[in-house]
Order: sequence, then C-alpha cells, then structure tokens
Amino acid sequence: MSIPAELAARPVIQKLQAFHPRAVAAASNFRGELTLVVPAELIRAVCEFLRSDPGLTFNALTDVTAVDRYPVEPRFEVVYHLRSLKTGERLRLKAPVGGEQPRLDSLVALWPGAHMLEREVFDLFGVHFNDHPHLRRLLMPDDWQGHPLRKDYPVEGYR
Amino acid sequence: MPEPVTPPPVPAETMTLNLGPQHPSTHGVLRVVLELDGETIVRAAPDIGYLHTGIEKNAEKLYYSQVIPLTDRIDYLAPLSNNLAYCLAVEKLLGLEIPPRAQWMRVLLTELTRINNHLVWLGTCALELGAMSVFLYCFREREEILKIFELVSGQRMMTSYFRIGGLALEPPPDFPDRVDQLLRMLPGRFDEYEDLLTENRIWLARTRGVGVLTPDDAFAYCITGPNLRASGVALDLRKAEPYSGYQNFDFDVPVRTEGDVYARYAVRMAEMRQSVRIARQALDGLPPGPIRADAPGIVLPERDKMKAEMEALIYHFKLVVDGFAPPPGEVYAGVESPKGELGCYLVSDGSPRPWRMRWRPPSLLNVQLLSKLLPGHLLADAIAIIASVDFVLGEVDR
Repeated sequence: MSIPAELAARPVIQKLQAFHPRAVAAASNFRGELTLVVPAELIRAVCEFLRSDPGLTFNALTDVTAVDRYPVEPRFEVVYHLRSLKTGERLRLKAPVGGEQPRLDSLVALWPGAHMLEREVFDLFGVHFNDHPHLRRLLMPDDWQGHPLRKDYPVEGYR
Repeated sequence: MPEPVTPPPVPAETMTLNLGPQHPSTHGVLRVVLELDGETIVRAAPDIGYLHTGIEKNAEKLYYSQVIPLTDRIDYLAPLSNNLAYCLAVEKLLGLEIPPRAQWMRVLLTELTRINNHLVWLGTCALELGAMSVFLYCFREREEILKIFELVSGQRMMTSYFRIGGLALEPPPDFPDRVDQLLRMLPGRFDEYEDLLTENRIWLARTRGVGVLTPDDAFAYCITGPNLRASGVALDLRKAEPYSGYQNFDFDVPVRTEGDVYARYAVRMAEMRQSVRIARQALDGLPPGPIRADAPGIVLPERDKMKAEMEALIYHFKLVVDGFAPPPGEVYAGVESPKGELGCYLVSDGSPRPWRMRWRPPSLLNVQLLSKLLPGHLLADAIAIIASVDFVLGEVDR
C-alpha cells in the first residue's frame, strides 16, 4: 500500500503531507471515492487539520464506523467519512487498529456529534476511544458479552 | 398575632425523570433521561437500543440482492429511500448504469415517500401540541400515498420495490392516472394544514423560539436534511450531489434561518410542495423503455425469456443459487432521505455477500441532538422539540 502517482498531486494529500510527513500512509481511488489511510495515533490531529485548513474545510463529519478484517492484522479499520461544505468534496479516512488492544483518539472534542457514533463502534466492535466523555454501550444491553459486529462473533450469537 | 408560618425550604437538588420508553410522544421506544431543576431541564441523555435487530450483522450473511427487504425495515416510514440508498451503493460498486425509466420512477416514488414521511411527522408533531384534527387529516392523505405503493409493489409499507439494476415490476397501466389524481389533490390539502397551523396563535406560541439550533451547532452535531436547512444552511444532496437523475428536475430547496421548531415545520411544509413539483415532472416526463439494466448475471432475466431461452434459465438459476460477486472495493452512497443524509457504506471483498454494510442513520444523529437542544427548556417544550427533529426508532437502533 502506498500513494499511487496519479493521486499524489491531489491538494488534500499534498497539504496533509506538508502538515505531517507520516499523515498519509496510503491512498486509493475506487469509483471516484478517495480513501486515505491515516496512522491511528494521528487521526485526531489530521481531522483537526482537515477541518480548520481554509482551503480544505472538511467541516462536516458524515459518519464514523469500523470494518473488521479478521483474521488479518491489524484487524480493525476505523472509518471516517468527511465532507467539505465549501467544495462539496468527500473524503474517507481509515485508521488501522490492532486487535490486541484496539484503541485510538476520540473526535468528540472536534465534533460533539461523534459521541454516539463512537459509542456504537465501541459497542459493536470493542474499539476504545481515548478521552471519550462517556464511553459505554449504545445499542446492546450494558451487561452484554462480546461485540456483535466482530467477524468472530456468530450471527446467531453465543448460545 | 399568630406566628407567621415559614414554608419548608425547597430542596436544592435536581430531580431525574424518565421520559419513555413507553411515552406516546417518543414515537416508538425512545427513553430520554431528564435531569430537572423544577420544570427546567438541566441535562438530557437519550437512551436507545430497544429496537436493535442487528440488520448490519445479518446483511453480512446474505447475498447482495437478499439485503433489500432488510433495508425496508430500517426507516419504516421511508422504505423507498432506504431501498434507493442501498441500490445506489451496490450499483456504484458494480459500475452499473440504470435506464432512465427506472431512474424517473425512483425519483417519483422517493418524493412520494418524502411526502409520506413528512405527513406522519406533521401529524404526530401537531397531535403532541394539541392539534388532533391535523393528525387525522395527515393520515387520511398518507393512506392515499400508501395505496400508490401498494399498487406498484403489492405492499403498503415494506415495498422492496427498487432492485439492484432497476425496479422489481413494471408499474400497472392505471399507475399514471392514480398518481395524477394524488398530485392534484395534495396541494389543496397542504393548504388545509397550513390554515390550521401556520398562523395559529397556540401553534406559534408553542413553536416560535423553541429549540433553536444554530448552524455551527448543526455541523458540530453532524446534522443534515431539513433540520440543517431550518438553521439557514441550504444543503440538499439532491442539488449538491445529484443522484438518480435529480439534475434533470427543476425544484427549489426551502431554507429558513430561525432554527427553531417553527422553522423546522415551515421547511418541511415547503418541502412537501416541492416534492409534489418533482413528482409531477417525473410523472409527465416518464420516459419509455426498460425498467432494468441489461446486465445478465446481476439482474434477473425476464420471466417470459426464462421459459423460452436456455441462457436466461441458466442465469436465473445461477443468480438465485450463487448470487453475484462485485469487485473488491468500498463505496459510500448518500441520498437525501426525508430525515437527512441517509448513507450506505458497503465493503466488498469480492464474494457474493457484503463484507460490511454500514447504515449512516440520520435519525440517530437527530436523537443525539436532543442532548444539545433540550437543556434550558421547560419540560413541556421538550415534547415539542422531540417531535420537531424527526426520527424513527427503527432507524436509530437498526
């Protein structure tokens, strides 16, 4: 995984690389949708930069979710969908997180709306968010065992 | 003179009140934990999950075409918008072109869905603020829309009418006349509701200046759709990122700047009129031609061909037994559903079942907004605010 030559000239990638040399670990373009892989430890800084940079203004957080790539490690990808109000451009960020201790920074300080979206990821995937004000289960009961959207969790549940 | 009686001191601590999960104004099973100081709300925490059915998990075990009936059940007041978001995502994954007739039909029916949703919203919102007749009138008109859905799909609510590559069935011969009658009837009925509410002093007193949402807060809380447009941001995906041929239709995006309950009401009323306008254009300009893409191996063959052609029979058999496998990749398709941006994020690993289907639920974010809007208001206003943001618990919990 790397940045293909035809994408390297995109302003968003160039600006991010100027912001932090490791900010973009990989980039891909599928069906006209740009996806950037961002190291998990940089995700909050990258989002803050994307939101505040006057040329980019990715100020709308559309969604936070995750994908379980089990049994591949790092198994989780936490996926963020951003949209720029100014240009209407969409951007997908993916932060890979290992299955041993899945943990990355919360975006609640940037978008309070991320509160429930991150709780849902925590509930269904078991990914923890640092500095989340109230990280507890959202959809499943508080005493539920396991995280249902993990690939090693059976569809019919544990019996 | 008798000694003056001193009343006992008012306790300084706040009181916790559970609103729901069995409260009629929560439109389902929503529980909001309110912390009250007297009658004023200090803190509000929505508690959800009572209707969680694991739709995203179930989708991972189904073929792509088998997921469509599940999507109906997410937002059961706008099933066709859900069908559309899912079909657009799969079609994007496949790189499939949809014939114009199917696109026009999709636009027509999703606009009727929008009216259907807004009628339920308006009826229940008015009912909670004491205007019972509006509720009855709205459901009377909604019934006519449901009859149209039944006419085309055989189902009033769980339509599953949009399929990957087009539509399930050719609309019946009396479809244009029935829709024409409906579209003629609706604007007059909207006038009736407006006569009852728009300048009604009680309605104004209950809705003006209540639950004000600023544009900055709307972005901070990831709010989209009519709630965002009632706060002065003219963002509508049908204009900003046209899908399903919306660029061919002429319509306005209603915007209000106040951001209060009244503005949310006014935006939705205006939206219903625009939906009639779009539906009228779609009906009058409905192009002839096929209703499904010519994509053997993805779209089921015609029933007649199956009986006469060996190849069609093989495709039918293979599709039903093995499904179809899109290329590996990931796509996001967002549509302007009646409640906001409804998104479907699909991850394919090249197998005939989605590796991951994520539903971006506008209702969930609208419910979350309550924790921002309710504090500082009186308990009675909480009912107006809860009613005004518009959500369906089936979509909140999925």
